[in-house]
Amino acid sequence: MSDRISVAKTYKLYIGGKFPRSESGRVYPVTDTKGKFLANASHASRKDVRDAVSAARKAFGGWSAATAYNRGQVLYRVAEMLEGRREQFVAEVSASEGVAAKKAQSLVDASIDRWVWYAGWTDKIATVLGAANPVAGPYFSFTVPEPTGVVGVLAPQQSSLLGLVSVLAPVLATGSTAVVVSSADRPLPAITLSEVLATSDLPGGVANILTGRASELGPWLASHGDVNALDPTGAEPSARADLAREAAGTVKRVLTVPDAEPDWTADADIARLRRYLEAKTVWHPLGV
Amino acid sequence: MGIFEYAPAPESRDLANLKPHYRPFVNGEFVDGSGEPLKTINPATEEVLAEVGTASVSDVDTAVKAARKAYNNVWSKMPGSERAKYLFRIARLIQERSRELAVLESLDNGKPIKESRDSDVPTAAAHFFYHAGWADKLDYAGYGPNPKPLGVAGQVIPWNFPLLMLAWKIAPALATGNTVVLKPAETTPLTALVFAEICQQAELPPGVVNILPGAGDIGAALVGHGDVNKVAFTGSTEVGKAIQRQIAGTSKKLTLELGGKAANVVFDDAPLDQAVEGIVNGIFFNQGHVCCAGSRLLVQESIAEELLEKLRYRVSTLRLGDPLDKNTDVGAINSAEQLAKIKGLVESGDAEGAQRWTSPCPVPERGFFFAPTVFSDVQQSMRIAREEIFGPVLSVLTFRTPDEAVTKANNTPYGLSAGIWTEKGSRILWMANQLRAGVVWANTFNRFDPAAPFGGYQESGFGREGGRTGLEAYLDV
Repeated sequence: MSDRISVAKTYKLYIGGKFPRSESGRVYPVTDTKGKFLANASHASRKDVRDAVSAARKAFGGWSAATAYNRGQVLYRVAEMLEGRREQFVAEVSASEGVAAKKAQSLVDASIDRWVWYAGWTDKIATVLGAANPVAGPYFSFTVPEPTGVVGVLAPQQSSLLGLVSVLAPVLATGSTAVVVSSADRPLPAITLSEVLATSDLPGGVANILTGRASELGPWLASHGDVNALDPTGAEPSARADLAREAAGTVKRVLTVPDAEPDWTADADIARLRRYLEAKTVWHPLGV
Repeated sequence: MGIFEYAPAPESRDLANLKPHYRPFVNGEFVDGSGEPLKTINPATEEVLAEVGTASVSDVDTAVKAARKAYNNVWSKMPGSERAKYLFRIARLIQERSRELAVLESLDNGKPIKESRDSDVPTAAAHFFYHAGWADKLDYAGYGPNPKPLGVAGQVIPWNFPLLMLAWKIAPALATGNTVVLKPAETTPLTALVFAEICQQAELPPGVVNILPGAGDIGAALVGHGDVNKVAFTGSTEVGKAIQRQIAGTSKKLTLELGGKAANVVFDDAPLDQAVEGIVNGIFFNQGHVCCAGSRLLVQESIAEELLEKLRYRVSTLRLGDPLDKNTDVGAINSAEQLAKIKGLVESGDAEGAQRWTSPCPVPERGFFFAPTVFSDVQQSMRIAREEIFGPVLSVLTFRTPDEAVTKANNTPYGLSAGIWTEKGSRILWMANQLRAGVVWANTFNRFDPAAPFGGYQESGFGREGGRTGLEAYLDV
């Protein structure tokens, strides 16, 4: 009897709730930190970006209109599904980031907990950031936060799962939809995460995950007329000025991010939630 | 016309204490700027009001240095409770000099005295009062304990509400502990320089507020200065994009308050007479020089004829003319350049087949005036439905269902404001949810208050001014 040959997986993109290959047909090899071949990943193209943006726009109406309670349930469901595939994530994070299994476990656990943390925010952020405005006149004036729209996210290059979750979950929690470019060299946890998202009650198109190069895909996201905000975390610091210039063409909200990748194991705060929200102020006269 | 004849009721222009020369304000003193002096004119008569010294690029550097020094040595170290008292002082001084400021504003800008007197100046004072109270309460603003200021703020403001926009910019900046270099618009620098006198009277430490008159090049130099930490701009979307490009890749925090093409949506159950008043206020207030003006009227088809008839009658009663006359409803267009832009867009409306109706009101022979104009039969593809006119010109479109109203209202890259007129509460809240705009006025229009955040979605800019939300723009959070 010979040893069993494992079923090698072909990794694909995640767009509109489906798993297509890159329209370009391109793939690139993914290795572990020691250079051992792990798999080929899809090398997303400009057309894939456009397809993903269009899927995210299509999904925005439904997701932004979903009740905050419902969004919280869906985000918590992501945590549940992630928990169920914990071992696979530990193996992939360990291979991708070259960390020992114990460290990888704690990174995966933190990623799960982060989904839970943001799940709890969906129905509280409006209370925290909204207001009844005490205006000087016979008017009822109130301010509510609303999702900004489609967000282009260049995910962190180093932290393959916890970093990705830390930048994606706040987008979804506020009701925006996302087009994410994963870490180029460490994409496998992102692809597996997309399989989790696909089975987590998250409507298709709400999160779209592309594997490929932020340096190639970032400019298309930054200049795209139907993208409302850009998180350049995963871009080379030297490329960020160009991205911000491109983004100015449509007055995009561009997140200010530090040059060096932050320590994602630190506790999150609401700064990222705030950046994907618009404040809408509504006025109505008072009278009898 | 001629239902009532009105005797002229002019406000005295002597109240403005107009001086022949005005100078930039740097480090607590009025100084000679090294730029070319400009002459600011009264747009209602085209007469020169005063000569104003302007800044050159080297003056920008001097002013930023003064602001930095004041920030490092005085202002950022001062307890919030002390900063608050300066802001309260300024607010009081604006109130005390409100008649002077109102007349000066109307002379320089062309806006009716009743608007500068009853709206611009009191609201400017209110902004200082409101933000004064925040200065020692920032720990409670929701950004965590002890939020820090950013440093030196470079601020560029437009000509449509010169003093009010100054207040919107300076009050929150100072309350949060920043120091300021502000560039007023080229055509309306005077009230900003009187405000500088008020800073002196309030004994504000030198360098905390600096005011540099000048044109766009001075604005660009200020925005691009390496020692400016925060940029705030109100003006056109085109210039806003240029500023966003200019400072791309720097660590400067940016807020933009840009143009709009607001939909004012009238349903068939709306109280028509009230709606007509709101429509008039929405587009003819301040000659339509309002970024959040309700310049696209969306009327439910079944009442379009009736509403248009009432609207035309009401508009025909608006009195156009001398801004200093207390009876004047519509004043002068701020500049020849702006008048030419309005005329160009109105001609495009004619050429593209919209039906133009112009108020038969008498128009002064001198000065920059444009009679209130209403276009009907407007299609969404027309320039007058897509581009900001920034003048007293209303475009009227129709719709049949609420969904269609939402689709049409949101069919714009802008998203600053919107209006809804209906008696049905559930529909108001539903519409308010659907409309992609930063401010939604239901059964009212053009309401402003320092306690209520104001600002836009998408190409109308980012960041908010006013309320707790507005503090974020000036804090390192």
